[in-house]
Amino acid sequence: MSAAAQAKPNSRLLLSGNDAIARGVWEAGCQVAAAYPGTPSTEILEALSAYPDLYSEWSVNEKVSMEVAIGASMSGARAFCAMKHVGMNVASDAFMTQTLCGVVGGLVIAVADDVGLSSSQNEQDSRFWGRFGHVPILEPADSQEAYEMAQYAFELSEAENTPVIIRLTTRVCHVKALVTVGERRTRPIGGFHLDARRWVMTPANAKGMLPKQMEREARLRETAEGSAWNLLDDGRDRRIGFVTSGPAYQHVRESFPDAPVLKLGFTHPLPVEKVRAFKDSVDRLVVVEETEPLMENELRAAGMLDVHGKDILPRLGELLPSVLIPAIFRLRGEEPPPASTYPKIDPFPRPPTMCAACPHMGVYYCLNRLRRKVQISGDIGCYTLGAGTPWNALDTTISMGASMGIALGMDKARSEETKDKAVISVIGDSTFLHMGMQGMLDIVYNRGNVTTLLLDNRSTGMTGGQHHAGTGKDLHGNEAPRVDFARLVEALGVKPERIKVVDPYKLPVMFKAIKDEIAVPEPSVIITNQPCVLSEFYSKLKPYTVIDDACTGCGNCINVGCPAITVKRTAKEVRKTGVEAELKFVQIDTAMCTGCHMCVDSCGPKAIVTQDRTIAECAAVSGGCGGH
Amino acid sequence: MTDNIITNILVCGIGGQGVMTAAEILAQTAIARGLDVKKSEVAGMAQRGGVVTSHVRFGRKVFSPVITPGTADILVAFEVAEAARWADQLRPGGVAMVNTIRLVPPIVSTGLFSYPDDPVAQMRAAGVTVYDFDAGAIARELGDLKLVNTVMLGAISDYLPFPAAELEEQVVARFRARKPTLVEVNKRAFAAGREAARERAEGARPLAANS
Ligand SMILES: Cc1ncc(C[n+]2csc(CCOP(=O)(O)OP(=O)(O)O)c2C)c(N)n1
Ligand code: SF4
Repeated sequence: MSAAAQAKPNSRLLLSGNDAIARGVWEAGCQVAAAYPGTPSTEILEALSAYPDLYSEWSVNEKVSMEVAIGASMSGARAFCAMKHVGMNVASDAFMTQTLCGVVGGLVIAVADDVGLSSSQNEQDSRFWGRFGHVPILEPADSQEAYEMAQYAFELSEAENTPVIIRLTTRVCHVKALVTVGERRTRPIGGFHLDARRWVMTPANAKGMLPKQMEREARLRETAEGSAWNLLDDGRDRRIGFVTSGPAYQHVRESFPDAPVLKLGFTHPLPVEKVRAFKDSVDRLVVVEETEPLMENELRAAGMLDVHGKDILPRLGELLPSVLIPAIFRLRGEEPPPASTYPKIDPFPRPPTMCAACPHMGVYYCLNRLRRKVQISGDIGCYTLGAGTPWNALDTTISMGASMGIALGMDKARSEETKDKAVISVIGDSTFLHMGMQGMLDIVYNRGNVTTLLLDNRSTGMTGGQHHAGTGKDLHGNEAPRVDFARLVEALGVKPERIKVVDPYKLPVMFKAIKDEIAVPEPSVIITNQPCVLSEFYSKLKPYTVIDDACTGCGNCINVGCPAITVKRTAKEVRKTGVEAELKFVQIDTAMCTGCHMCVDSCGPKAIVTQDRTIAECAAVSGGCGGH
Repeated sequence: MTDNIITNILVCGIGGQGVMTAAEILAQTAIARGLDVKKSEVAGMAQRGGVVTSHVRFGRKVFSPVITPGTADILVAFEVAEAARWADQLRPGGVAMVNTIRLVPPIVSTGLFSYPDDPVAQMRAAGVTVYDFDAGAIARELGDLKLVNTVMLGAISDYLPFPAAELEEQVVARFRARKPTLVEVNKRAFAAGREAARERAEGARPLAANS
């Protein structure tokens, strides 16, 4: 399937950073790779799954993927895991002790930061983990480096007995550039060897490892000082020298082609002396790093008090040429060159919408009807869009799985005003398995009064439809054991009579189920059962259409939120009360409609019918279709 | 690096329209020429009807993968309001090649925002050189709406720093391998797009000369 997986040694290909990392990991002889999807890292494991002689899996969350990699490394295999920045928060418990134990087979962790926040709940700088866990950080600036660093990372890991973090950002992961690939080197797996002092981290054993970790860090500092990944890209304009890492290097080079640049690829431990020598060769030093002032602060701590960085550059987002050029001109006391652009035209915004027929819409349509009676603790996935129009039915989103615990906290902290509101949590199937189960158990254990809507669409929709433990398939698309959500929540202690499996396309049934369950003051779970429209489990039916003459323009179907339903024309009507109302007459885009039936029940006058039935129905309603 | 002339092409549209494929073909054409290429994708949550752009940059040596605002040589817009949204990315003298289809998002159809009456006129009023035509109509005439992609590539083929035939070859090569029956119709779509752009450019020239 992938060109990169089939590419012969020495071929030159246009690869994304994610594809390049995967190729590098495979060539390095990696034997076990695991991940949980998350933008912008998702494609790394998808790409790796196409390579032979390598075990790869979707794990249920990042912590488990880290543990799988740790176990494989302990067993002497080269092991790899990948995640988005926030995934590392989840995985960090295992990581922070693994850094004490070290590795047998090389252990490489790719962490991808969403600099600029294109699809995440926050912006974090994963380079902190290097400082926190005392492990090296490598920062590729493009695909070729990502490919090469992946291989070097395994060597460094084994040479220094340490896990190694490759810190990626969106502009490496999702940028395609040319890469020259090589050959896979195979290596035998050494096997697990008993060594309690190393692998059993009791306090006594862990204490013994601490000094070793510090010695390792000192050695790594020397390695970084001499590393070929930290190189001087010289220039003749010595007014300002730049120290930079990752894709920010590309933006610096683009903006100031004649400036001397110290390009750092091995950025933790920071090669302080190398920077000091460079600083002495230029008038002023500017640190260009995304996103936190990590290198900058360490240089200051090392006595280089007059370095510039976040005093002139923003702390958030990408340091693009359009940001760098004005900032540097100002630092030089010069007028920034005028941005020679045309005036900006700002049409309407075009935010992401749910897909036509997305089963989540049925749930939010019902929740919107109950809006005054409920408080809705939400989670992360396509269903987070329920916070927007027309549903406005999701009140909180923090982190994956958090909806459950947050709902319980809300339940236990009721005010006079909220005491009669039902607390609802909404969570997707992939998210429930990732981090939601424990929260559910806590609700049961602590007798919470929370109704959980578990949106089982048999997909990790948000990140592009990956399989998970509840879809019945694995990373490779092969059959796999499938979690039974009803039995799972029952095992967690939810009473069987409080568990309902409901078709979200049947609005009246869905509505009744929610209304019934929020009336009962104990944990209850409603599980939806329609697959994601984009998944292989979805089957389309014949599209629906609107009988023009039967549509009264009430606009109720628009509140379902399906993008296949659009307004065809509007009209004003003065009600008996004297209030002027806007009528919205609709049409259905038959190319988008999947025939899901969801909107049909939202239409009072029954104007929405299948295309087959149109003619007969049409005749009945409007007395003949002749002129249509 | 004096002769390092970089070509910047910004492709924009909506999730599912083929923006990424068009950008990929442009990048592959440049590679076939022996050039260095970077292609940046900003998809956000593309499959759900959001804005999609892809930056294609090529030359002897490309550093930043991102086109700096005001430096795009060509804007290839698969949708007319998206063309307006990104028009300010063009450099003075750059060209916006625009498919005139209007894709109305729910946020508009539910009445929260309005769709501009004439985005092309807005762009022209801002001073942008716009060549607009209905690529969908051309594709439909040739029997397949999916040909829009090839039509748009044909349309910009006279504005690239290499012969149109090289771009055409990259388009066609994709089909030759997988669906040889579609080679001919893609060639026709490419030619039709090229012709449509020429007509628009010719229509624009006397105007420019008179004003
Ligand atoms: C810790 C963490 N890992 C990964 C992600 C990326 N991510 C966002 S939502 C999501 C899962 C969505 O799947 P599901 O819960 O099934 O909902 P759906 O999108 O299918 O509606 C993932 C993996 C994240 N935001 N945080
Ligand atoms: S990808 Fe699936 S879950 Fe996400 S909006 Fe589309 S149908 Fe819904």
